Amino acid sequence: MNPLLAIWSGRRIPLAWLLLTRQPVRLAVALAGISFAGILMFMQLGFRDALFDASVTVHKMFNTDLVLMSPRTKSSISMAGFPRRRLVQALADPQVQGISPVHWNLLLWRNPETRGTRSILTLGFEPSDPLFNDPALTAKASLLTQKGRVLFDERSRNEFGPVASWFRQGRTVESEVSGKRLRVAGLFAVGPSFGADGNLLTSSETFLSLLPNTPPGSIELGLIRLRPGADPEAVAKRLRRNLPQDVIVYTRNGFIEMEKDYWRSSTAIGFIFTLGAGMGFVVGCVIVYQILYSDVSDHLPEYATLMAMGYKLTSLLGVVAREGFLLAVLGYLPAYGAGVVLYGVIKGATKLPVQMDPDRALVVFTMILVMCMGSAALAMRRLGDADPAEIF
Amino acid sequence: MQSGPDQAAIQFGRPGPPAIEIAGLSHWYGEGKMRRQVLEGVDLSIASGEVVLLTGPSGCGKTTLLTLVGALRQVQAGQVKVFGQELAGSSRAERQQLRRSIGMIFQGHNLLRCLSAEQNVQMGADLLPGLSSRARRDQAREWLRAVGLGDQLHKLPHDLSGGQKQRVAIARALATHPRLLLADEPTAALDSRTGRDVVVLLHGLAKEQGCGVLMVTHDPRILDLADRVLRMEDGRVVDTASADSVTAGTLAATEAGSS
Repeated sequence: MNPLLAIWSGRRIPLAWLLLTRQPVRLAVALAGISFAGILMFMQLGFRDALFDASVTVHKMFNTDLVLMSPRTKSSISMAGFPRRRLVQALADPQVQGISPVHWNLLLWRNPETRGTRSILTLGFEPSDPLFNDPALTAKASLLTQKGRVLFDERSRNEFGPVASWFRQGRTVESEVSGKRLRVAGLFAVGPSFGADGNLLTSSETFLSLLPNTPPGSIELGLIRLRPGADPEAVAKRLRRNLPQDVIVYTRNGFIEMEKDYWRSSTAIGFIFTLGAGMGFVVGCVIVYQILYSDVSDHLPEYATLMAMGYKLTSLLGVVAREGFLLAVLGYLPAYGAGVVLYGVIKGATKLPVQMDPDRALVVFTMILVMCMGSAALAMRRLGDADPAEIF
Repeated sequence: MQSGPDQAAIQFGRPGPPAIEIAGLSHWYGEGKMRRQVLEGVDLSIASGEVVLLTGPSGCGKTTLLTLVGALRQVQAGQVKVFGQELAGSSRAERQQLRRSIGMIFQGHNLLRCLSAEQNVQMGADLLPGLSSRARRDQAREWLRAVGLGDQLHKLPHDLSGGQKQRVAIARALATHPRLLLADEPTAALDSRTGRDVVVLLHGLAKEQGCGVLMVTHDPRILDLADRVLRMEDGRVVDTASADSVTAGTLAATEAGSS
């Protein structure tokens, strides 16, 4: 016989399913509780991952293999300067194809509509350098050759003013950064991070005019592009050996990880969101345990009757385990749906890059499964009280 | 469908070793000073296929005897053999396995509230090895027809009357093809007419299957259905009588009481 057919014809009364579905109110309460816990976990983990992803959106823009930074730099919101000479020295390595110095700082942008100021992440670079992964952006950079022109991130938070919509309407958008008048020459799209609410690109020349006190020859970021086929790790090792201690060499991934690590460890944000997800987990555990425990308690005489009929204790434990599994699956589905919808809402409201990702969906499902099966295991202890001798 | 679904079950009715052999069975509840003896050296033998009623005042140990025979409790002292298997010193797994060949009917019907009548009976049939799901369901339906509930298959216990629930419980007990039925006051929750109907039905089906019955009851109206009536008092079997003499005596007493 076909094994599937054998399983089908060997099936028993689906007791776990019937125990759950014949008590619709209790089932609804249980599913609401599990879904709530699941949504809480989706939100907290979503925020956490969005924070880490958003913190490196700017980092990911750069077309680079290695990065030079000051050892005093701990994150993108506190970039320290280092001598530009070091970057030029790196050019001595035979594997290095090109270099690009970048200025990087948070400056105050004046909202052209309300006149309020807010700090915006500003990058200054040579407009002719092939700096970005996106060739369209590199092409737009030529607009910055004229002094006093900037590219504005159209996905910056709304507090910076209706710059993008004004620009699209064809208006001349001018504003003030650090007390200097600037004109928006174009738009690009990156999006805010937890560290910066908006982004601005400009030429080195314009950047230095905004910050006249910058020491001459000091930059915050040095991009190093290698020849095709070069091993970034090996070159990074060589540069670390040859360059003085006043710079640190990162690979592209190391540069991105350093920023994520900062938000993960140096701030409480990662911890708080993980704790929030943990609380969702605990709340869910309590709810599922309560439901399953009272379900087992209410049906104790019936379980005892089944034992008296000759059902094994293990097969009754299996019923409770299946109840736990069914609750996990049935509770997860609405949590997933609500998660997708809420991510959309949050993305619209905060412009954070938060979206349903398969890894997180799996993590939350695993947590819900552990929550339900763990609670079922605890509720099973109550089954030990089912004494078939007591029901006569 | 007059007989049960499985003709093989009838084979159990052939003369063989006694279904139950009890020798010197004593039982205590509680510990230390609170220890109280409920059974004091019970000796008893029941042939397979025999219908035996057990009467006596409450608290005399009838139910305890039933739970010991039903392998629901560990035997403390004495011997209990069911189908030749010694229960004294038996393991939990052995008792659980033995219970599959014993049908039990309770005072409260103890049906599963979330299952329909048919599903309740199928919980019994599901214990039978090697039958397809469809065969087990069909058996459940036939048993329900046999107890006269062929038109109530999909009702929940909640929607059935007391007598109907007890009949579902009988169908469930018989669906495992038991060689022995244990019943504890199955008529207690029923009015006397329904009670007698249920026991007549139980008696008829058990006889058809060749299945022995040990029933605790206080109901004098059903004593005439027994092959033998045992009377217990203070943890001992005090009186064993053939059904005819007891019935005559009880009927006389009943009539005297009612006139």
